[in-house]
Amino acid sequence: MSRYFTEDHEWIEVDGEVGTVGITDYAQSQLGDITFVELPAVGQQVGKGDSVSVVDSVKAASDVYSPVSGEVTDANQALADEPELVNSDAEVSGWLFRVKLSDPGELGKLMDRAGYDAYVGGL
Amino acid sequence: MNESRIPDADDEAVAVEPLALPLDAWHRARGARMVEFAGYLMPVQYEGIIAEHLWTRESAGLFDVSHMGQLGVSSGDDGGKAAALALEALLPGDISALKPGRMRYSLLLAEDGGILDDLMVTCTGRDYAIVVNGATKWDDIGHMREHLPDEITLRHFDEQALLALQGPKAVDALSRLGPVPLHGDGTALAALKFMQADIYDWGGRRLGISRSGYTGEDGFEISVAAEDAAALADALADQPEVKPIGLGARDSLRLEAGLPLYGHDLDEATDPVAAGLAFAISKRRRAEGGFPGAERILALLESGSPRQRVGLALEGRMAAREGALVLAGEREVGLVTSGGFSPSLQHPIAMAYVEAALAAPGTRLELDNRGRRLPATVVPLPFVPHRYYR
Repeated sequence: MSRYFTEDHEWIEVDGEVGTVGITDYAQSQLGDITFVELPAVGQQVGKGDSVSVVDSVKAASDVYSPVSGEVTDANQALADEPELVNSDAEVSGWLFRVKLSDPGELGKLMDRAGYDAYVGGL
Repeated sequence: MNESRIPDADDEAVAVEPLALPLDAWHRARGARMVEFAGYLMPVQYEGIIAEHLWTRESAGLFDVSHMGQLGVSSGDDGGKAAALALEALLPGDISALKPGRMRYSLLLAEDGGILDDLMVTCTGRDYAIVVNGATKWDDIGHMREHLPDEITLRHFDEQALLALQGPKAVDALSRLGPVPLHGDGTALAALKFMQADIYDWGGRRLGISRSGYTGEDGFEISVAAEDAAALADALADQPEVKPIGLGARDSLRLEAGLPLYGHDLDEATDPVAAGLAFAISKRRRAEGGFPGAERILALLESGSPRQRVGLALEGRMAAREGALVLAGEREVGLVTSGGFSPSLQHPIAMAYVEAALAAPGTRLELDNRGRRLPATVVPLPFVPHRYYR
């Protein structure tokens, strides 16, 4: 499995043809207390860069963009009762949704962990 | 992802580099995240907005509000009589009737009755101390310089810091520091009531303390010389009841308290009647007029305003933000001016201006928040009861 990152602070972990998407720990730390997560519908077709989810914090609402194109196969229903999971565990149990990739080639344009860490370090 | 909206940080932007406040290093040493607000770098949060918000409601929160403008209006040896009359030409309050040590909420009004700023004015017995919003203070000073007569002196105490200590245990924490009234006939700190103020001595340092604030809780605002601000902040933060609180929680606290924020819920296009601030137009002034926009405002008091500021309780968990449209069916009937998740109530709340016919509590409306329809019900303000010490 490999994990990739976007400049908009999403991560995607790819296992076979399915990628699990969330926001990075850096992103949750910037947003502060998260109070609500709007998730995409299972079966929804998404394009790379589409706004497919909204993370609402006490101070602001933030769009989450899909890092890849494909079909949504799952969404993290645990967040309905516990949106704060995105604060406490953004890069594991605070995942948002899963996408079946239609174009795995899109992953090549994303950053790896080292690249993302360097990117955040420069912000 | 992309933060599309940070209320309070976006439309206060100024072209120049933000300035540091006297407690800049103090905030950073305590882990604050600093953001630009009203031209200054200010702490938005320390440990987290919800924790800070709830701590203030249960115990006591220390806020740095030194960005606000601290002004003085005086008129020589007449005990401030001429200053009061001059202020009454700019504000709708009965300033002349204000007794020494008493303060009032008032409004700086434009010629057409629009709101230039909201402010607190305190009678010291010799002159008037005024606290105005940080984002508007330079405009306020310009407006007052232009409109106050030459014999009235306007001072800007920009060498003073302003701290707010808010919450049910604020009185315990501040009392423990032992400030004593500077004058023999002064009021002991714990005996101050809401909207009263006095001058205190704290170990040779002079503190101007009022029992007031903008969270809906009991508490104090403390004016202190900039060079003494860190010592006072240290002494307060050392009290077990007290934690430093950022701007983020200050915003959610004032929203729950139903208190309007200038630049969001109030502006020049808004009149005091629509804003629900008719209480700031004193009885004598209603009878006599003589304040900016008096004709229009008195007519609105008579007829009622076509739109009114209301509280909205939202269903679900998604918050509506400033700028969301208010809908009755498909008809646009208003606009959200502040909104967010209420940490105390655990659901989203908002303030909006709606058509007067739809302003009654219980009215069911919808909000268009970034393309999503959110059901909302008009509820009385404040959302969370005030707990002032009267």
